[in-house]
Amino acid sequence: FCGLLLTTAKYNLKLKTSTWELRRVNFRKSRSQNISAHKRFTELLEKHEKEQIDARVPIGRIITLPELKSNPFKERICQVFSTSEQKDGSLTFEDFLDLLSAFSDSATLEIKSHYAFRIFDFDDDGTLDCADLEKLVNCLTGETNDAKLSSTEMKQLISNILEESDIDKDGTVNLSEFQHVISRSPDFVSSFKIVL
Amino acid sequence: MVQEEACSLPLPPGPLMTKSESVLSPVRLSVRSPADEEGVHDSFQQLIAEHRDNGAASSALELQQLQSDLDEENRDNMPLSGPEHEHRRRQGASDLECDGGEREMDPIQGEGWSSDTLKILSSMPSRTIGRNRGAIISQYCNKTLKLRRRRQTRPSIRDFSPSSRPSIRSYGMEGDTTDAEVSKRERLVNNLQNLPVSDRVRMLRGMPLSVAEKKEIRNLVMQKEKRILSNKKLSCCSQLKYYIIIAARKSWYSWLSFLHSLQPWQTLLKRVSGRFGTGVLSYFLFLKTLVFFNVFLFLVTGAFLVLPQAVHPPYRDTTSFSGLELLTGAGSFSHTVMYYGYYANYTLPRRSRDEGGGQNASTLTSDSQQFSYNMPLAYFFTIGMAFFITCIILVYSMSKTFGRSFRINKSNSILTMKTFSCWDFKVIKKKSVQIMSENIGTQLKELLAELTQKHTKSTFCKRFCRLMVHGVAWTICIASTTGCMAGVYYFSEFIHKDLQQNHRNLDVNPLMKEAKLLSLPTVVSVINLLLPALFNLVGWMETYESPSVFAYVAIGRNLMLKMSMLGVLCFHWLGRVAPEYKSIGLTCWEDFVGQELYRFLLMDFIFTLLDTLFGELLWRLFSEKVLKRKRKPVFDIARNVLDLIYGQTLAWLGVLFSPVLPVVQILKLFLVFYIKMSSVMLNCQAPRKPYRASQMTTIFITLLCIPSLLGASVCVTYTMWSITPSTSCGPFRTLDTMFKAGKHWMEILEKDNPSLSVLSKAHTYFVENPFFLFVGAGIFLIVIYFHSQVVDGQRKIISLLQDQIQNEGEDKKFLINRLQSVHKQKQDAGKRLKSQDSTC
Repeated sequence: FCGLLLTTAKYNLKLKTSTWELRRVNFRKSRSQNISAHKRFTELLEKHEKEQIDARVPIGRIITLPELKSNPFKERICQVFSTSEQKDGSLTFEDFLDLLSAFSDSATLEIKSHYAFRIFDFDDDGTLDCADLEKLVNCLTGETNDAKLSSTEMKQLISNILEESDIDKDGTVNLSEFQHVISRSPDFVSSFKIVL
Repeated sequence: MVQEEACSLPLPPGPLMTKSESVLSPVRLSVRSPADEEGVHDSFQQLIAEHRDNGAASSALELQQLQSDLDEENRDNMPLSGPEHEHRRRQGASDLECDGGEREMDPIQGEGWSSDTLKILSSMPSRTIGRNRGAIISQYCNKTLKLRRRRQTRPSIRDFSPSSRPSIRSYGMEGDTTDAEVSKRERLVNNLQNLPVSDRVRMLRGMPLSVAEKKEIRNLVMQKEKRILSNKKLSCCSQLKYYIIIAARKSWYSWLSFLHSLQPWQTLLKRVSGRFGTGVLSYFLFLKTLVFFNVFLFLVTGAFLVLPQAVHPPYRDTTSFSGLELLTGAGSFSHTVMYYGYYANYTLPRRSRDEGGGQNASTLTSDSQQFSYNMPLAYFFTIGMAFFITCIILVYSMSKTFGRSFRINKSNSILTMKTFSCWDFKVIKKKSVQIMSENIGTQLKELLAELTQKHTKSTFCKRFCRLMVHGVAWTICIASTTGCMAGVYYFSEFIHKDLQQNHRNLDVNPLMKEAKLLSLPTVVSVINLLLPALFNLVGWMETYESPSVFAYVAIGRNLMLKMSMLGVLCFHWLGRVAPEYKSIGLTCWEDFVGQELYRFLLMDFIFTLLDTLFGELLWRLFSEKVLKRKRKPVFDIARNVLDLIYGQTLAWLGVLFSPVLPVVQILKLFLVFYIKMSSVMLNCQAPRKPYRASQMTTIFITLLCIPSLLGASVCVTYTMWSITPSTSCGPFRTLDTMFKAGKHWMEILEKDNPSLSVLSKAHTYFVENPFFLFVGAGIFLIVIYFHSQVVDGQRKIISLLQDQIQNEGEDKKFLINRLQSVHKQKQDAGKRLKSQDSTC
């Protein structure tokens, strides 16, 4: 029992210092927000994991959060923010804070657009090629039949997107081209947001 | 075979097509320019070798690893390479590139690239930046360097030297290798160290890296700094200083978190945005802004007018409270601080209190040597300053949102923007998400259909019909608005005449008289409720190309109605009531106008309630129970926002006549917030139409500024400048106009203190001379003109830069094609050599 108490105390101490530092390095979030994030995160952990400091929550449990549950990009979001070696999309508390800070109010347009790009880049090759765009559009329109685009529509849409945004005409949308588009759509900053 | 594939790619027409064709056939190329080809061969040989080494060392990425594996395999099997192997390799490579997508649309990622080419393609800086840590670090390294230069020296021509952008020279270090990354990191840390602390923190915050990496970089920076710091012994004093700084920072953080917990309506707003997205949220945010404006207005009037007067009450009023006052604003309310008439026209004696500290101009008076409070001046300056500051805040926020939502753009890339930024991550309810994705699907389809339809011209007859429909619709709208205007005009005249008659025979019940006053606000509110519905009906009749045009037309019509109503009312008050107030038995027409505005505000609120009840709740019940439809009504953002703007205009108009009116407005807004919130949650569904929230917000703020605040301030200024105030009440009772208060004060000041006559002369020359007003306006216009010219120039530069980027992209394509052909040639030569060997 004593040992358990000690470990929890240690964990709390470490957590406190780490959150303190995190805030200073990373974002202007107030402490109350950080603590609420921690509370939500520990709810996802299983009992025996609560004592571990760098416990990972697997992707299956992360996406049960109500804020992510019905989001079509939930798996991509987890994978982008995960630092796990196996690339299985599991998140530590730090990763979770990363996620929240990118989706928070105080994140700049640059950070937001960078992470949006990585979320939309399904095959992780650094550019949005036609396959990525197709997946993206399919995610947006959902799986229902009447909303889904037909193959000719999809082809036309993708060629239009490339025509509009691919400035150097290499057939893919790279990060700077993406940010160029995003900087002209003012609604992006307000819609790329997840509030806990 | 390669040539055929190249031709099938939909390359942009022009010289490039022929170039790539020629490049891809080594035979023709060597015939054309053998010397050139040798040079290219050599240089790329090096590049390929370099990248091969780099790739073997690093390749943190699966893709690259796979490719390099493939490459190794290829090199091993080179002697055996036959047609089937070639095929296999190509298949593998293309599978990696683009799994099953439409590859034929892709000018660069064509089939048949060798793995070397692919590797170089994928390790281009423009592509690595989106996925690789090293590339991000190197990008930020450049950024910090630039920032450092800007901080250290004045901006000089050196800042624009080509070295600040990634150039060919530094390509050796731009690779993906870990070595390069380490050195980059070192450089980044160094750069960060030389920045001031605030910049450093901002830079670190702005990097799209994970917390752990940021912490590492920060620790590195701190370590180096500590090493430097530890050389110098910390003195006791500086240690104390650090402690104080840390304590201050801690208290600041706790203060911030306290402020955050104070933010009202946080959870409610989150629930709304989770269900309805950004569009409906913008209505509530607009409401919040209005609350802020009113709180500001009330703080100003409360501190400088209401409080000083309340401390020195001129007389006790005797009318008892009857309850009807809450509706009419008259009765026992009329002789309180609520209205203009209560305020004194003399200098208040000053006691220990110090309410008017900020108003230096008005605290200095000549009557007595001690500090005192000149009420007329305070009244004049407080109202003037309140309007001025509100105007500045509004113009500032307007320009800011304008800059954000209307960026300079040549092409309107609607489809791309729609695809990349339409998903609202805030929406978390499952049903709403479903609706949203359906909406996006239909919108994309519609946009695509429009694009294809654009080329087919509509026939003359169709266009004529549409024009006719538009004409009829506009005629109906304008006619109904004019009719209502005339109705209100004659009705107000009738009321006025009635009041004049009632004034003569005194045996009318005073309660009845007060209740009668409610008829004009009721009529106007009914018109405001019914006519928008008519406009909506007319709007269904029309067809517009885009929903945004439809929204703008609807807003324009509603605005026309509301502004014409307000115009008629202003004419009624200022042109009819003010000059002949004695004929309707008033002692103080300003009080009467203030009461009227109070009644209008209240009626507006009551009709908003009715609208919510009947238009939303009962309509929903009706359509659910009787019509058996599943759809709920949609929240009409534009109309509701216009209602808010109308109410705010009334409040601004009334500040002069009733300084407490902002409080009424604040209370009203609070109630409206909760009522609308619950109504939206209960009755409405997520909107089906697309809604460009930020552009709409910009438009609403503009409307709040241009017709609303501007109109109100024109009315108030007109009242101050050229209407004679009542002779028996209010702070300006002895003066011809309110504006004379300043002049009057100047005269007194000059009499008492001849040395200040310069000030008075300045007042006559600057304030009363319209010439300076014209000069100010002229300068303002010139500044606007210059800004528009600058924007024009920037637009030109943007198009030039776009051309340059396109050229560079073509260069890239050209180089890649060349690289591929060289590789191919080398392989062919190797094969030929092999076959020669085998025949030998």
